[in-house]
Formats: sequence, structure tokens, C-alpha cells
Amino acid sequence: MSAPAIEPPPQSATAAFLFGARTAGTSVFMFVITVTYIGFGALAHDYGLSVVWAMVSTALVWAGPAQVILAGALGSGTALIEGALAVCLSSVRLLPMVVALLPLVKGERTRAWQLVVPVHFMAVSVWVEAMRLAPGIAREHRIAFCNGIGVMLMSTAVMATAAGYFLSAALPALFGAAAMFITPMSFLVSTARNSRLFLEKTALALGLLIGPVLAFGKVELDLLWTGLIGGSLAYAIGRMRRAAS
Amino acid sequence: MTDLLLQPYVALVLLGFLPSEVWRWLGIVLGRGLDEESEIILWVRAVATALVAGVVARIVLFPPGALASVPLAVRLFAITCGFLAFYFIRRSPFAGVLVGEAVLVVGALVFGG
Repeated sequence: MSAPAIEPPPQSATAAFLFGARTAGTSVFMFVITVTYIGFGALAHDYGLSVVWAMVSTALVWAGPAQVILAGALGSGTALIEGALAVCLSSVRLLPMVVALLPLVKGERTRAWQLVVPVHFMAVSVWVEAMRLAPGIAREHRIAFCNGIGVMLMSTAVMATAAGYFLSAALPALFGAAAMFITPMSFLVSTARNSRLFLEKTALALGLLIGPVLAFGKVELDLLWTGLIGGSLAYAIGRMRRAAS
Repeated sequence: MTDLLLQPYVALVLLGFLPSEVWRWLGIVLGRGLDEESEIILWVRAVATALVAGVVARIVLFPPGALASVPLAVRLFAITCGFLAFYFIRRSPFAGVLVGEAVLVVGALVFGG
């Protein structure tokens, strides 16, 4: 199945960038990112971090779970090295996401340094929208399209961080829990929506099964192993299925 | 004083930015030479999808901070309802997120949170 063609594809880099921004602006992630980062801003406030620090962390780290861990480590002032390690492990998902997206968006002559800024925008939200819609856009404009998605969502996130920081006292008690829950909820449904191939559906199901087993078993690097074992098993099953048909 | 003010930013870069950005940079190194249609890209897509699923499971089962005060049964019921809403309401991620959140909040209010 190819990407849905709703309108003629953008003809210039600027048009592709704006199309990306508009795509992001009307996606579920606009809501998800706003709630997530209002929650993060309030959390940073409660840990006694400054509002500018919280906003810069959103722009620099750009990974919700990692930011929650970082704010917690700095706020408590203990276990800083363990905190960095936990941040690092919580962001492993970014690696296969970048590897899977790059061949789709890079041109023949794209140099590595030209990718440093576009991949900084990489997050589940941007990945999901880019993987879904980039195939419908001319290859030379795909990076601009991804940047449009990234800029739109990241600037929204930075503003939401500030809003959450100042609203923290006024937010209902349950807001913090709801803001943290929206991450797994949106990851699950948006990844399920993008899983068109049998391979991806199998990988999603296996990740949901293997993840808890490894986490409950207190296996070190459980996320990494969930990805490798679940993904490899799904790939093997998909390959056998292809061979059989 | 400046040292004190700057310290959180040094920490931000060393403990927050670099540990997560390194995966994005490594992604450029490993992904740049690969072909869109290659077998290895299929495998990487499967690994990425399983990893995101792993993140979902981990946050629901071992939530950080405020979410931990919501009972596990409520968290599991909410994510299941959200997924079912997504599946049966035109595969809309909006439906899934809104229903999941609503069930979580109501469940937390009723069963303690």
C-alpha cells in the first residue's frame, strides 16, 4: 500500500517543508506533544529546575522518556552517571528508527553532515508521520518534508514546556499521570496504524509480549533485547511466510 | 555564580543530550549506505517496531513518577480500551488516544490514583 495521495505532491523544498508542518499540525501528535510537554514542564518546575533549562532540554534532548529520567536525576541530585546511562538506554529506539528512515529520505548525493540536523528531529512522532507520507513526495524534497514535521512538533513542544512550567500549580492532580500515559498510548496506536506489513504487525505483537517478560525478569538492557529478539523473530517469521507462498 | 548557573546546562548536554543524540548519529553512520528495498532494512524496521512496542510495555508496567500512583489494572485496562477504540473507530489514532486517556483518568478517580 502506498502513502495516501490527498493532494498533488509539493513541487519545491519550501512547499514540502510547509506540507510537513501542516501534516504535523493536523496530526494526533500535535495534541500528544502538547499534553506530554505540559506534563514535562510541570515536572521540571516541581524538581526545581529553571524554565529556560526545561525548554532547552526539550529542544536538545527531544525524547520524552529520556527527559523525564534526566529531570529526575538532576532534581534529586543523585546517581548522575546512572541517570545518563538510563537516558541512553531509554533512547535506543532512535537508532533503528533513523536507520529505517534514512534510505527513504536521503538523495544520491546527500552528505552525512547534511543529515545531522534532520535526524535531530527524529522521534516516534516524526518517524511515524515521515514513514507514512514521505513515499508520496519527490525524493529530493523528502528531507525538507521531515524537517517541516520536526520543526512544527518541536516548537510546539518547547512552548508547551513553558506553559506547563508556569501552570504546574494549577494543573489537576491527575494531569501528571495522564501526561505520562499519553506517551505509550500514542506510541501504540500510531505504530499499529503504520504497521501495514505482516512483518511490522508481528514485530509489534512480539515487542508487547517480550518486553514485559524481560522487564519482569530484570534482564539488563531489556529494551535493547526486546527490539533485537522481537524484531529478528518477526523478520524470520515473515521470511518463512514469504518463502512458503 | 556563573559556574552554578551553567552547571545545569553542562549536565543537560553531558547527561541528556549526548546520551540520546549518540543513537541518532550512529543511525546516520549505519543507515546511510543502505538500500530502501534491502532485506536488512526490513529487519531494521522490525527491530524499530518491536523496540517501540517494548517502550510501550515498559512505561505501562513500570511507570515513572506520577503514573505509578495509578493502579496497574487501571493502566492495563486503559491501554487496552485505547487500542480497541483505535481499532474499531476507523483506525483513528485520535480515537485511541482520547479513549485511553479518558479511561485512565476515570479509572484513577474511581479506584484511587
